[in-house]
Amino acid sequence: MSKLTITDLHASVITEDGETPILRGVSLVVESGTTNAIMGPNGSGKSTLAYVIAGHPKYTVTSGSIDLDGQDVLAMTVDERARAGLFLAMQYPVEIPGVSVSNFLRTSITALKGEAPKLRTWTKDMKEAMADLQMDPAFASRNVNEGFSGGEKKRHEILQLGLMQPKIAILDETDSGLDVDALKIVSEGVNRYKESSNAGVLLITHYTRILRYIQPDVVHVFVDGRIVATGGPELADILESDGYETYTAAARA
Amino acid sequence: MRAPTVAPATDLAPRVFSRTIEDFDVPAGREEEWRFAPIRKLRDFFQPADWGSVGLSGEHDVTVEYVEISDSRLSHTWMPTDRPSAIARAQATHAVLVTIPKESIHSNPIVVNLKNAGENNYLHVEVHAGPFSKSQVVLIHDTSGNVSGSMLSLLGDQADLTMLSVIDADAAVMQHLHWFTEVGRDANFHGLSITLGGGVIRTVPTLTYRAPGGKAQMLGAFLLTGDQFQEHRILVDHTQPHCVSNVIYKGALSGEGAHSVWIGDVLVRREAIGIETYELNRNLLLTDGPRADSVPNLELETGDVISAGHASATGRFDDEQLFYLQSRGIPESVARQLVVRGFFVDVLSKIDDSELSGSLMRRIESKLGIVDHE
Ligand SMILES: Nc1ncnc2c1ncn2[C@@H]1O[C@H](COP(=O)(O)OP(=O)(O)O)[C@@H](O)[C@H]1O
Ligand SMILES: [Mg+2]
Repeated sequence: MSKLTITDLHASVITEDGETPILRGVSLVVESGTTNAIMGPNGSGKSTLAYVIAGHPKYTVTSGSIDLDGQDVLAMTVDERARAGLFLAMQYPVEIPGVSVSNFLRTSITALKGEAPKLRTWTKDMKEAMADLQMDPAFASRNVNEGFSGGEKKRHEILQLGLMQPKIAILDETDSGLDVDALKIVSEGVNRYKESSNAGVLLITHYTRILRYIQPDVVHVFVDGRIVATGGPELADILESDGYETYTAAARA
Repeated sequence: MRAPTVAPATDLAPRVFSRTIEDFDVPAGREEEWRFAPIRKLRDFFQPADWGSVGLSGEHDVTVEYVEISDSRLSHTWMPTDRPSAIARAQATHAVLVTIPKESIHSNPIVVNLKNAGENNYLHVEVHAGPFSKSQVVLIHDTSGNVSGSMLSLLGDQADLTMLSVIDADAAVMQHLHWFTEVGRDANFHGLSITLGGGVIRTVPTLTYRAPGGKAQMLGAFLLTGDQFQEHRILVDHTQPHCVSNVIYKGALSGEGAHSVWIGDVLVRREAIGIETYELNRNLLLTDGPRADSVPNLELETGDVISAGHASATGRFDDEQLFYLQSRGIPESVARQLVVRGFFVDVLSKIDDSELSGSLMRRIESKLGIVDHE
C-alpha cells in the first residue's frame, strides 16, 4: 500500500519577470487502489500541480509538503521521485532528437529497477506492451516523441506507465486531443495498469469524457490554484451539465 | 613567376588560385573570409618560416607513404587559395601520400597516424582514390604543436572514399587546415571532420566536382570548451550537372569564452543543372557564455535544380528534455549523456568503425564533463 499526501501546498512559477503564485493551498491524498480525478478550467493550475509533484525546476514550492509513504518528496531530485514510485504522464511530452524509444525505455527501466533488464524478456515485454496499445512495432526505433502525432505521444506515455509500473501515477490530460478509438485504447491501458499494480491514480482532465472509461472514486474541482469542491463520481455529471461557471464565479467573488 | 589565375567574380568562391605566396596579401582582418578569425593569434601562419613537415608515426599500410614534396605523383593542378595554404605548400619539405589503387576494395579502414616534427609544422596530405576503388581513410592528427597546411582528397571516376579527419589537440595548439576535395564522375565521397579540441582551429573544407554524377557528404562534429576558438568555413562549389552535396555540421560548446564559427557556402554554377544540395548546422550550448556564429549562404546561378536548402539553429541545452528523462528515473548525468549522444548521432553513426565512433563519443562526454571516462 502506498499513500501520497499533499498538504497545504503553495507554489509559484519562475519566469523572467519573477515569481507568480499559482498553487494556493492544495491538500490531497492519493492511495493505492483509488482513482482521484481533478477537473478544472484551463489555466487553473492543474499542470502546475502535476509538475510540482514531479519536481519540475521551473516551479518553486513556497510552503506546504508532499509526502510519499513517510518520505519527503520535496527533498528529492526529479529522478529520485521517479525511483520512489511516482510517474507523470505529461500533457505535452517533449522530443528527444537522436534517442530511440527502445533505448530510452531500456535506460529508464534500468534506472528504475537498478539493473538492466534481460535482453530476451525485455524485447518480448516491450513488444507485448506495444501490441496492447495497438502500436506499430516500428515505433520502438523512432526517436522519442519526434514527429509523433498527438495520439502517438499519449500512447507512448501510457506504454511507459505499463512498463514502469509506478506506485502512484499522475495523468495530465492524457485524454486531450484523442479521438474516441484512441481514448478507449489508452483508457484500457490505464485500467490494466491500475489492476496489475493496485496503483493510485491522479487523473487530471478538462473533460468528463474519459471518466466514462476510467472510473474515479473521488472527483475534485480545481479552480484558481486550489481544490474548491470534492465529491463522488456524481460530481463529474454535475460539471458535465453545469460547467465550471458557478465555481469560477465563486472564486472571483 | 606564374601569374595568378583569377576566377570570375562571385562572392563565395576564392578569387586567387596560386602557389606564389606574394599573390596573397597578409590578412588585415577586415576581409570577409577573415572577419571572424583571431588574426593576431594566427600571425605566424602568415609569414613563411622554417617549420618542419608533419610525418607519420608507427607502422602503416602499404598504401601510405611519406614522400618528398617534389614527388611527381602529388597533385600538379591543385592551387592554394589563401596565404597560409600558399606558405604551407611552398615551405613543406615532405608530404603524406595515400594511394588507393584503381579498382581496389579495402574493407578495413586505413588509419594514418600523423606525427608533428616540432612545435610548428607544415602539413601536406593527399589521398588519391583510384577509379572504382572503395576505401576508408582515417587521419589522426597529432595532439601537440601548431600546424598549417592542406589535405587533398581526389576521387577518380566512380571511386568511393570515406575520409575522417580527427583533431583532438591540446588547448594551446593552433591549426589552420584546408581540406580540398575533388569528386570524379559518379564518385561518392563521405568526409567527416571531427574537432574535439585545440586553442585556435580553423578548417577550410572546399569541395568541387570534376565531372557529372558525383555525390558528396560532408559531416562535421565539433566540440569547444574553455575559451577555445574554432572556425569551419565550408565551400561546396557545384561546377557540374547532376551532382549531390549534403553538409551536416554539429557543434557542442561549453565554457565561458568558447566561440565557434560555421560558414556554409554553397555555390551552384549556371552549368550545374539538376543538382541536389542541402546544408545544416546545429549548435548546442551546454552552458551560459559560449558564442556560436552560424552563417549558411546558398548562391544559385541556375534555377534548374532538383533541390537546394539550408538550415541553421543554435539552441540551449533543453531543460525540458532533461526533466522528461529524469522524470523517468534516469539520473541527470545519464540524461545529459543521452541528449548529447542523440545530438551527435546523425554524424557519428556514419562512422562504420564502431570502436572508433564509440571512443570519439566517450571522448566528447569526458571533455564536456558529463561522464568521467578517463
Ligand atoms: N512555465 C510557465 N511559465 C509561465 N506561466 C506559467 C507556466 N506554467 C504555468 N503558468 C501559468 O500558471 C497558470 C496555470 O497554468 P497550468 O498549470 O498550465 O494550468 P492548467 O493545466 O490548469 O491549464 C496559467 O496562468 C499559466 O499561464
Ligand atoms: Mg494543463
